[in-house]
Amino acid sequence: MIELASAAFTYGGGDILTDLNLSLPPGSFHFLTGPSGSGKTTLLRLCYMELLPTKGRVRVFKNDVAAMDRDQVALTRRRIGVVHQDCKFLDHLSVAENIALPLGVSGQNVTAQASNLIELLAWVGLEHHADALPQQLSGGERQRAALARAVIMSPDVIIADEPTGNIDWEMAIRLMQLLVELNRMGKTILIATHDLNLIRNVKAKTSARVLRLHNRHLQLAGADL
Amino acid sequence: MGVLKILRAAASGDKQADRVVPPSGYTATLTGFSAAAMAFLAVFTLALALATGRLADRWSAELARTATVRISAPKGQMQAQTTAVLNVLKTTPGIKSARPLSDAEQRKLLAPWFGPDLPLDSLPIPRLIEVVEKDGGPDVEGLRLRLAAEAPGAIYDDHTRWRQPLVNAARRLRLLAGISMALIALATAAMITLAASAALAANATVISVLRLVGAKDTYIARAFVRRFTLRALGGAAVGTLLAMGAVLLLPSAAREGGFLTGLGFQGAEWILPLLIPFLAAFVSFWATRMAALRTLRGIS
Repeated sequence: MIELASAAFTYGGGDILTDLNLSLPPGSFHFLTGPSGSGKTTLLRLCYMELLPTKGRVRVFKNDVAAMDRDQVALTRRRIGVVHQDCKFLDHLSVAENIALPLGVSGQNVTAQASNLIELLAWVGLEHHADALPQQLSGGERQRAALARAVIMSPDVIIADEPTGNIDWEMAIRLMQLLVELNRMGKTILIATHDLNLIRNVKAKTSARVLRLHNRHLQLAGADL
Repeated sequence: MGVLKILRAAASGDKQADRVVPPSGYTATLTGFSAAAMAFLAVFTLALALATGRLADRWSAELARTATVRISAPKGQMQAQTTAVLNVLKTTPGIKSARPLSDAEQRKLLAPWFGPDLPLDSLPIPRLIEVVEKDGGPDVEGLRLRLAAEAPGAIYDDHTRWRQPLVNAARRLRLLAGISMALIALATAAMITLAASAALAANATVISVLRLVGAKDTYIARAFVRRFTLRALGGAAVGTLLAMGAVLLLPSAAREGGFLTGLGFQGAEWILPLLIPFLAAFVSFWATRMAALRTLRGIS
């Protein structure tokens, strides 16, 4: 699904990431961990093509990202659902409209997809908040709405950047359960988090692998997790 | 995507795309106001262009239909040469009528320079014959040769030397009006580009979210383009209607009146200013589209 081959990223003359090699096979579940500032977000941005590697190669769905034009990047992103820590909603749109946003931008008729949207809202437990504005939701509700938006196009890959950073433990477990369900449906999952307890909790239920960013390099985490 | 397809997409609209960009506040008001002001100016410039065009045609037509024969001869030959000239003119194809000006008429013509008590008898004043030409006029070169043979003191003046500078002046005025229209269109494009760029900058977060969920640049641009095009269309429509009302209230064009009384539209010309809002919308469409696509290229 996503492959990094000797990929590096330099910003302002300093190396952020160097010589990264990573392959996310279809249906895999990976955690990406590491201390704050280790480059987790940068690595995820390379994976969903918001950044281009300064060295090496990133391939998404077998296509070299550096060779893609802007329209190809847009079309490829429709196959990747992204959940950010700050959710990135359009504050003037309702929760339902925000979740349906990927349908609209891909030219699908949102009205025709209303039943799917209602099902999705129910799946993330937000069926009573469809008409609310994002700022009226709690942290956990916002994260679940962001997850709903990320999966509405039935993407092949879901990337989440610290999705549980602003929510309590109970809500975090609930959100992780949804991601585990998605993985069981065959979706490839990559989650950046520094919450080791959360990783342990999920590892107990799935065959998730844990990658650690250390000194700008990527390592497979050992039995300490 | 063809131009027509793009324009049709902009006109038909996409409610989902329209909704994704939040209302942009003061830029909306500024765009509408700028379009209204520019349309107002454009209507007056158009009226000026049409008026100068009419003036050039009128001056040209009026002066082209008349000519003057001037006879400078010794006093004893004046009457004979006048009769000879009139005979020549009478038998020349393309001449409708010819008549010598009376002493009173000649005195009146010279009065502004010599005063009303001009002693015509004691001065060697040439005799003037007013000639009215038919459509197409005479063969001027042939006529001059015949006049030279029959009345050596007669000179045929078809007013070319008076007419040409006036017509040239009117044509230049029309050209200036055309340049003014082009400048108005460019200034409108510049203002809308600035407003659109400000709106795009203010919505950088919205654009980044849209790119994140897979929106193509054309989808994002369309939301801005449609909004600014409709605002320019609405503003220009108001400006055009106000200016047309102002033109309508100008004094009516009298044939004997001066230039300003002819500043207006006549008959089918009233349709032309109605095209200005659509021109403003077209200018806005391209200005916003170019600004949007240029800005979006800078966002990953």
